[in-house]
Amino acid sequence: MERKTKIHAEDGKQEITITREFDLPLELLFKAYEDPEMVEQWMGTKVLKLENKKHGGYQFETTDPKGNKHGFNGAIHEFIPNKKITRTFEMENAPFDVQLEFLEFEQLTDDTSKLTMHVIYRSVAVRDQILKLPFAQGINMAHNRIQDILSKLK
Amino acid sequence: MNLRRDVFQAIADPTRRAILMLVASQSLTAGAIAANFDTARPTVSKHLAILTECELLEQEYNGREVYYHFNPKKMKEIADFIEPFRNMWDDRFNKLETVMKKYKAKK
Repeated sequence: MERKTKIHAEDGKQEITITREFDLPLELLFKAYEDPEMVEQWMGTKVLKLENKKHGGYQFETTDPKGNKHGFNGAIHEFIPNKKITRTFEMENAPFDVQLEFLEFEQLTDDTSKLTMHVIYRSVAVRDQILKLPFAQGINMAHNRIQDILSKLK
Repeated sequence: MNLRRDVFQAIADPTRRAILMLVASQSLTAGAIAANFDTARPTVSKHLAILTECELLEQEYNGREVYYHFNPKKMKEIADFIEPFRNMWDDRFNKLETVMKKYKAKK
């Protein structure tokens, strides 16, 4: 499959850039971030609060397959429709400090658009840990699956 | 772990990335690689040494000439590390695209 999402992470830097081109007009791409109902659908999260304005805030909550609730929230610093959102992002009850996110929305053609997410972390170490999270989770999941299989054999 | 960090440092430099792009298609001598850059020859040699040390490049002796070629295995190691993170975002964005296309169709 074509690699649509690109991650740019230079070693020794406390930032990353995520870019993605969408088969969607710019307005629809932006709506996915602006409209709480849409956010709920694609992020699979509950939107407790979403104030799309300068000095606004947002609060989301997801429930994992085990029924545990995970909250995340942030403050919105800039909200320019169809163009830019600047916000902070914080995972609740996680050992990571808040991160700063610049989301830029661009029109490519009438039917395609591009999102550039520039994320800045508190330190290089925090960035690397967060980059490794899905990697570590993957290993954990594989490990759990092996344990499941083994326990059934007993 | 140290070695891995070196690999990341190696690809953080734009000249070194350009060198990797060059040798990805064909093996080249140090001279032929240096001819592609305005940088001084010793600087290019230093970049080649770093890339060789962390095994992104391999040296091959052909008579008196040393050819550098690209080691895709090492490059894959880097990709493997970031890949789950990239996949996570790719899945999310695919979902976004699907949800918004459905929404558009409904309108």
